[in-house]
Amino acid sequence: MSILVIAEHDNSSLKQATLSVIAAAKVIGGNIDVLVAGENVAAIAEAAAKADGVNKVMVADNAVYGHFLGENLSQLIVELAEGYTHILAAAGSTGKDTMPRVAALLDVAQISDIIRVEAPDTFVRPIYAGNAIATIKSSDSVKVITVRPTGFDPVAAEGGSASVEQLDVVKDAGLSTFVSEQKAKSDRPDLASAGIVVSGGRGMQNGENFKMLEQIADLMGAAVGASRAAVDAGFVPNDMQVGQTGKIVAPQLYIAVGISGAIQHLAGMSDSKVIVAINKDEEAPIFQVADYGLVADLFEAIPKLEEELKKA
Amino acid sequence: MKVLVAVKRVVDYNVKVRVKPDNSGVDLANVKMAMNPFCEIAVEEAVRLKEKGVVNEIVVVSIGPKACQEQIRTALALGADRGIHIETDAEIQSLQVAKLLKAVADKEQPNLVILGKQAIDSDNNQTGQMLAALAGMSQGTFASEIVIDGDKVNVTREVDGGMMTVSLTLPAVVTTDLRLNEPRYASLPNIMKAKKKPLESISPADLGVDVTPRLTIVKVEAPASRQAGIKVADVAELVNKLKNEAKVI
Repeated sequence: MSILVIAEHDNSSLKQATLSVIAAAKVIGGNIDVLVAGENVAAIAEAAAKADGVNKVMVADNAVYGHFLGENLSQLIVELAEGYTHILAAAGSTGKDTMPRVAALLDVAQISDIIRVEAPDTFVRPIYAGNAIATIKSSDSVKVITVRPTGFDPVAAEGGSASVEQLDVVKDAGLSTFVSEQKAKSDRPDLASAGIVVSGGRGMQNGENFKMLEQIADLMGAAVGASRAAVDAGFVPNDMQVGQTGKIVAPQLYIAVGISGAIQHLAGMSDSKVIVAINKDEEAPIFQVADYGLVADLFEAIPKLEEELKKA
Repeated sequence: MKVLVAVKRVVDYNVKVRVKPDNSGVDLANVKMAMNPFCEIAVEEAVRLKEKGVVNEIVVVSIGPKACQEQIRTALALGADRGIHIETDAEIQSLQVAKLLKAVADKEQPNLVILGKQAIDSDNNQTGQMLAALAGMSQGTFASEIVIDGDKVNVTREVDGGMMTVSLTLPAVVTTDLRLNEPRYASLPNIMKAKKKPLESISPADLGVDVTPRLTIVKVEAPASRQAGIKVADVAELVNKLKNEAKVI
């Protein structure tokens, strides 16, 4: 078997999700190559070459890949696909955008968001917002897969010594161009890979009150998330959303504040190691999954929590 | 300008689904069904473009058993002009859905195709991208804003860490994210009017598409359930437990 892993990065650093995808590739077994496509990505290629278990890193360094447009990336990947039995990417916004396109061009199905590998042709993935877990077998010659990073412990970032090969493949589909981007600037860790996540829900009442959560997050080195209800209410931007239709997180500690615990939210965080729920409604479903529940008004509890954390 | 909107009939988002005892799938007998929420957003966006005068025809298409016509009628009541039902009782997977939609697009020649980013049953998030690839179209996935600008469309996309705006050459495929719009409810007069709007029924064979699935579902299981833990009396106890019992802070 021969596996091509598409590296996830932002042109400045290799995302940890890539190491989880390599881990999934190791479970499948066989030769593992990594494709780093982007603009000015020499350092990222070097980082990928050091990851444990990688045989070869291929680098496509060109402005046409600089904004990860799916139209261009998919053509590049299809060009490289021959000889590979599996093509894997993290189920982030780039992988989700690009991989179905790759699959369609190869005339194969795509398997989304796998959390386990049962066999080289059989994979496990959640459906219905995680209310059911499906085991799926593919009859296609090439398996095109997106991997849910929280399903696989990342391989070591150091210790590997893969060869690095420069590619001279420039694929511009000429269908789309980048206009602009607004990236949320934050010194906090990335939501998807943070060790601690503090999330707020509708109970926060407004966006201004999220500052309270930011303060306790900063004391713990945590990322700040939100429920869909908080996003729908316009309190915070959608990239903070944890849930079926947002980010899937599995931190060591997840603190849900003013979140009732709708199915679609639980789908995004119920694999967290320890869950804390703070909610004034004793009957809130979030308490059914919480290891530690505190029935309290969050506007009293959060300042107290901040005080306690400052003591430490 | 013509817009094609695809809609899917799924379990209503409020229903908590149960896995069948024989692990063959999810029990859908006597369960409330509805239009996939992301598809509702797709229909709404098409209707708003029509209200702005940018679009003059909205064609809505759905694939599945006879009952899918309910969702097509809903879309017609919301403001779509004409429906196409691709009738089949077979299980149709994303790639085959994309091939069927490509065949419809070849016939209808829309300038824009709008779909939901994912269906809340299979959670795949594939069909729009696959359709775009097969039809050689550009794609704007996870859209939170759509602005038509001559022969281009500017799509603002929800991506990891923020937003990205891309300019796409028409015809294009756009998939909707949550914040694109808030769908309206159909009014009773419009529901009555929708009954008279044209709805054509065709089969996958009419479109010349092989719908044989490539993926087999080996089994479907209920997720490992998480046990509820303990209630703590106050913040001090909580912090103490997190430090000394769970050892996570």
